[in-house]
Amino acid sequence: MDTASATQGAAPPRGSIRQNRRWALIWSYVFLSIFAAFFLLPPIYMFITSLKTSAEISAATTPWWVHNPTLSNYTALLTSREFMIFIRNSAVVSTCVVIITMLISILAAFSLARMKFWGSATLATGVFLTYLVPDTLLFIPLFKIFAWLHEVTDIQFINRWWMLIILYPTLTVPFCTWIMIGYFASIPKELDEAAIMDGASYMQVLTRIFIPVALPGIIAATIFAFTVSWAQFLYPLAFTTSADQLMLPVGIVTTLIKGDVFNWGQIMTGALLGALPPLVIYAFLMDYYIAGLTAGATKG
Amino acid sequence: MASNAATAPAGAPQPKSSLRKAAQRRSTIAFLMALPLIVLIAALVVYPTGYAIHLSTLNKSMEEFVGFENFEYLFERETFWMVVWQSCIFAITAVVFKALIGFVVAHLVHNIPLKGQRKWRGMLLVPWVIPPAMSTLAWLWLFDSSYSAFNWLIEGLGGPRVPWLGETGWARFSVILVNVWYGAPFFMIMYLAALKSVPEQLYEAAEIDGAGWWQKMWFITLPMMRNIIAITVLFSTIVTFSNFPIVRVLTNGGPIDTTHVFATYAFKLGIESSDIPLGAAVSLFMFPLLAIAAIFILRDVNKRGNQG
Repeated sequence: MDTASATQGAAPPRGSIRQNRRWALIWSYVFLSIFAAFFLLPPIYMFITSLKTSAEISAATTPWWVHNPTLSNYTALLTSREFMIFIRNSAVVSTCVVIITMLISILAAFSLARMKFWGSATLATGVFLTYLVPDTLLFIPLFKIFAWLHEVTDIQFINRWWMLIILYPTLTVPFCTWIMIGYFASIPKELDEAAIMDGASYMQVLTRIFIPVALPGIIAATIFAFTVSWAQFLYPLAFTTSADQLMLPVGIVTTLIKGDVFNWGQIMTGALLGALPPLVIYAFLMDYYIAGLTAGATKG
Repeated sequence: MASNAATAPAGAPQPKSSLRKAAQRRSTIAFLMALPLIVLIAALVVYPTGYAIHLSTLNKSMEEFVGFENFEYLFERETFWMVVWQSCIFAITAVVFKALIGFVVAHLVHNIPLKGQRKWRGMLLVPWVIPPAMSTLAWLWLFDSSYSAFNWLIEGLGGPRVPWLGETGWARFSVILVNVWYGAPFFMIMYLAALKSVPEQLYEAAEIDGAGWWQKMWFITLPMMRNIIAITVLFSTIVTFSNFPIVRVLTNGGPIDTTHVFATYAFKLGIESSDIPLGAAVSLFMFPLLAIAAIFILRDVNKRGNQG
């Protein structure tokens, strides 16, 4: 296989060059394998541990192999009411955040990329800058703001899982708007100008032309919004405390680790299940995922 | 950058007033469409940022204005200076290694035949896809004090037990290692996209001129990738500098606060010790870096605006 691909060059190269290329290729595979082992080690080890009983984990056997594989950790977690509540909270919040994010950012991106108004260019730059403001800078003032809102409106915000639906869009909307601006701006102007001349409204231009044409961008932005809200750790950790209000990542970290008794089999199972939705989406929509990642730097 | 008039329906000369009216209507609709975004950013990003500055000037019960007292208090504490140091060392070391590993891996993937590249790229990006809090749990288990799988291997080879998270030096190393593991694939994917965009003819021309591997790298690859390298490093520095989940899950700042970074220290003071003003003061130290990044990006945007 190596030789076949090494000799693909246009003109037959001299022997030493061909030899060099072959070695370069072999070394590339060797080093790639080393890096792949390093990168894939934690998820693989998660999987190995998730198949073990507590007894096998504490026995002094090799940690890198399962002698008596069991699915008991999976059944224990998937039948636990608490764990199902974490999954439900995460699923509902992520879905709502994706919908809200896409509504806000598609409308805004269409407006900023095409229609333009006084200050729209500044706003487009501003959107990008807000993307750079990290959650770790915002969580303390936001905490205080929602505590204050509770006093004013008498609605309890802190320690309620649904309030995260309000918070997460701050992490997703700026980036999604930014990449949608890039995708919308690449649509030729003649297309919508012709439609407007034929009497289409702006809304029709958006739904009939822009959304279908920029569908790959919309899928990429949706994936981004989902993975960010599914993985978010700081906000739920700061804003929710009761066991029935937790998101999946925080629930796994705080409820499965109790005192000094670490049930590592269950913790690894939980972590693997928590990592599964993004991994499955990535496995099926890898090209969109990567397009969304690189769009931030290469577009716009 | 074009003004409204340029994009308004062209064609047969129309009365000026109706044209202007149409433009006005158009920009009103545009503004309304962008309104949800403006409200969201104003209420949940811009306002809280300003509010953080205000909060940092209050006393612990948030009833009294104390000026810079919170900052003075922080400056007198050794722990705070340790956090400053650790944040900088953590961010700089991690970004440098992420950039180097990403660069090397991107070249390795670029080197192999095209049909295998997708598969390798797919495998190598996995660390970036897993929620960091979840993958850090796996590292926590790999570093476990009594059942560490790494120590099992090292001891099998006759080496000493490594206190991965128990000793300051090792704990700092471990935290950076996990961050590099998580972030290097992102650099790899960005560099790979940049490598693909370098025209093959440049290398062919250089080869004909007798350029060696180093010369091709130095005079073609690096200059062509300069922009993407700069942007990726900038992004990554901001994200790494404000990183929270990795330190929180792996060491929670320990042993004895030596691995705290700004984010985890602010969380500890602001939420866990419920001293919101002090926590806000700590988190504000992430702001200068942000401002510098903003200047660079604005300069870049302006440059692009002038070219276009």
